Amino acid sequence: MTATTVVEPAPAQRAAGQYRVVGHSVAHHDFIDKVKGSLHYAADWQLPGMLFGRVVRSQLPSARIASIDVSAARALPGVMAVLTAADVPNNRIVEVASGGLGELEVPMPVLAVDRIRYLGEPVALVAAATQQIADEAAELVAVDCEPLPGVFDVRAALAEGAPTVHDTGNVLVTWQIRQGDVAAGMAAADVVVEGEYRSQHVEHAYLEPEAGVGWIENGVLTLRVATQVVEHAAAIAQMLMLPLNKVRVIATYMGGGFGGKEDMTVEPYLALLAWHTRRPVRMIWDRQESLVASTKRHPFLMLYRTAVRHDGTITAQDVEITGDAGAYPYLSARVLFAAAALACGPYRVPSSSIVSRAVFTNQVPTSAFRGFGAMQVTFGYESQMDRIAERLGLSRTAVRERNFLEKGDEIPTGERLETCVEARRTMEIALDMLGPTPPPDDAGKVVGRGFACNRQPYGRTIWFRDKASAWLSLERDGTLLIRSGVTDLGGGQAASLCQIASEILGVSLEDISIYIGDSALNPPAGGTFATRQLYMSGNAVLQAARDLRHQVAPVAAELLGSSPDDLVFADGRVGGLGLPTGGEQLSAPEGVSAPYVTLAELVSACGQRGVQTAVLSTWQAESGSFDPRAGQGGTFPDYTYGTHAALVEVDRATGLVRVLKYVACHDVGRAINPMRVEGQIQGGAMQGLGYALTEDMAIVDGSPQSMLFADYLIPNSLDFPDVEVAIVESGEGKGPLGARGIGEPSIGNVAATIASAIHDAIGLRPTETPMTPERILALLDQSALRSAVASTTRRQT
Amino acid sequence: MTARREVVLHVNGRRHELEVSPSDLLLDVLHDGLGLSDVHYGCGEGVCGTCTVLLDGEPVSACLTFAAQVNGCRIMTVAGLTGADGSMHPLQECFLRLGALQCGYCTPGMILAAYQLVERVGSPTRDQIRYELVGNLCRCTGYTKIFEAIEAYANSPEAVVRGGQAVTQGGSPFERGEHPVETGDER
Repeated sequence: MTATTVVEPAPAQRAAGQYRVVGHSVAHHDFIDKVKGSLHYAADWQLPGMLFGRVVRSQLPSARIASIDVSAARALPGVMAVLTAADVPNNRIVEVASGGLGELEVPMPVLAVDRIRYLGEPVALVAAATQQIADEAAELVAVDCEPLPGVFDVRAALAEGAPTVHDTGNVLVTWQIRQGDVAAGMAAADVVVEGEYRSQHVEHAYLEPEAGVGWIENGVLTLRVATQVVEHAAAIAQMLMLPLNKVRVIATYMGGGFGGKEDMTVEPYLALLAWHTRRPVRMIWDRQESLVASTKRHPFLMLYRTAVRHDGTITAQDVEITGDAGAYPYLSARVLFAAAALACGPYRVPSSSIVSRAVFTNQVPTSAFRGFGAMQVTFGYESQMDRIAERLGLSRTAVRERNFLEKGDEIPTGERLETCVEARRTMEIALDMLGPTPPPDDAGKVVGRGFACNRQPYGRTIWFRDKASAWLSLERDGTLLIRSGVTDLGGGQAASLCQIASEILGVSLEDISIYIGDSALNPPAGGTFATRQLYMSGNAVLQAARDLRHQVAPVAAELLGSSPDDLVFADGRVGGLGLPTGGEQLSAPEGVSAPYVTLAELVSACGQRGVQTAVLSTWQAESGSFDPRAGQGGTFPDYTYGTHAALVEVDRATGLVRVLKYVACHDVGRAINPMRVEGQIQGGAMQGLGYALTEDMAIVDGSPQSMLFADYLIPNSLDFPDVEVAIVESGEGKGPLGARGIGEPSIGNVAATIASAIHDAIGLRPTETPMTPERILALLDQSALRSAVASTTRRQT
Repeated sequence: MTARREVVLHVNGRRHELEVSPSDLLLDVLHDGLGLSDVHYGCGEGVCGTCTVLLDGEPVSACLTFAAQVNGCRIMTVAGLTGADGSMHPLQECFLRLGALQCGYCTPGMILAAYQLVERVGSPTRDQIRYELVGNLCRCTGYTKIFEAIEAYANSPEAVVRGGQAVTQGGSPFERGEHPVETGDER
């Protein structure tokens, strides 16, 4: 049983019965199509004359290309095109992830020219009449390579005289955030606690692999792909040296993305093949290709030094973070920025020095993955809090309570928190839900309890001056049409917009259609990443719906003989304040106490009066700037806070960690759809459990060790207990109606929570993820060895 | 090229006569050949369960099954669970109502595995459901809502059960004859 506690906000924060649609767990159009199997994903699309594409990838992690012979591949019957670097009009993609604030500009070739920098790097492309022929032809492309020494670890990459991945050197970016006098803070402290933490490469493992279809229509190159970002159309145009208005990207509803479809995947290859063959082309990366070649989560090496007084008050913190960027920049600069900005967590740190670096290695590139750098550091700062508690003999809760940030407090970037910090409240709720610690099953096992708090941003860094647009139109029959460039990962990105529009305009959900994810036909919304779409497009739709309502309200007031301010929009009707708002009441017309007009009648009346019933609205997020030299300035618009707690059982003989109970509590500001919020938290926590305990996309000397899905252990239905969820609604978020983002925050706490519980059980602290049985056994063995040595030494003296 | 051969597949109550190569996978024949886009490719290794279909009532991975192997068999995809008029099966309604999905990509396979589980054992316990669904991976939901949806369905009077504690009326829509059974080449 999942005990779901929805914590109601204080009455003052929420007027009684304020919302009719928002706050209800309604099902939406996307879910209906999905349970019927009638939703068309990126691979579910066929066009007449369609060809099948395949990427030819390097088999070596570091090499010089001597020659590429495509003659045998071209000669295979059914092959329509074999392309190499020479066929790419502009063969360089330059990612300036931070907006040019500080990182090197390192171009990435679409197809390798003379140098191979990671195993799996694209070298050539094939299009053929069938997938089988394309696959065969790919095998026939002969790439003659001379192996070169490579670097396969950030420490090796930073060593004096290390081979360079790029001529510009192995450090893509170094960020610093500095505040106060760290040396003085360290000196003033009673204790300095140190810790080193490491994390691993992680695979997104969305069940829908990278896929799409590209074609040319009326001179416009169109790509219908699984992507989080239709704005990549511009990069495709630049690659093909086309005007920006000649490339259109349509994003399908995705079968999961988690950041892995935030960068381009199949897009440039489909574009090149469709452009050269002038035929529609489909490309689906098979699972094995996806495992080898798709971007991964950054492994982090984190060094923490935290200075505290005897009472647990933090006086200073020094953090060094090194992230493995792999062979090309992608979004590493921004990921490592987020890591630095969030490195101190939800705690007051009066003086801090935080340095983060992204370092190139000859491994598959790393990039966005749910949590985006702010997730890995949670393991660091929360393990530090536990160490402090242990060292000072304080409880784990007391040390946190002493240091929790509060609204109005300054954070290390020099910004002041403008909204409430619900870390303490979520901690109390999570620990309360966790209940007592049960006894272990047998003598060989020990049980422990742990928890961890986090602070995760939502929305893009504010120096991007983010904005999102939405277009709303009331149709003649009273239905509503929403157009938004939002892409939908499966998290209800489109559905929540419908719910917000329904709330304001009174159009029933079943009477709303939403058209999304088309760079040509939808107003731009920016991509779906950074937990930004409810915040950005939610605010855009809220603003557009209010504008539209404001536009038509005077006409309704005129028809009803009332004031525009006294109108109720509900259930497809507009009436006076007496209009009943429940569906059941409306089914009994005699129950309608006030006069009303239907939305269809209102639209018709607007038409007669020349009043527009459509609105295009752009919502602009707050903006700011960051000074990379001073390490101070504006970073993120706002944060989501939460606490997870767990009971684990550790088998001392096998090192196996079994999670007995798991609870998660986050303040989401306002739950637009509580069922979906719960789903986000349960799913995020489950992904976090995989990260904490089982998932490791290990790469040895540049070669990935998990070449099959069977070798990469994402959680299955047996692995972990149900995630029990509590939702706090503070109403203080910056999203629509006070909402905060929840997509990313829910994964952050897990590894630290599990480590905390393991430490509680065995008295030893895991410092590396995943916390596999081998690593737990190693901890136990080292500890046994230490005590054996200690007792031997005692006997001898 | 190996010689192509003719196979007959009864998919969601419709008879299809198809020419396939010995190496053609059932998944590709259903998805690309017959246009059944509700059968999704997930891994090609039989690990994730995304492409699960019911073969003569038993769940199989369509990515590990050759089309030529299943000549004359009955195949049901999740579209076969939906009524001819587009109405949802009670199990689909439970998934919808209880939010047992997010991206929806694993959902068809998950629903079919669950349908067959309930049909076989009646009212499975939570542990039984966990055990039986171990071959159907979901990366979005954390599974809990899926378990809840299956339990809600199994405990409802609409549940289709054979061989379990109770046998109730029904069957899938095409088994009840709601889908017109047609013969002839549907290509």
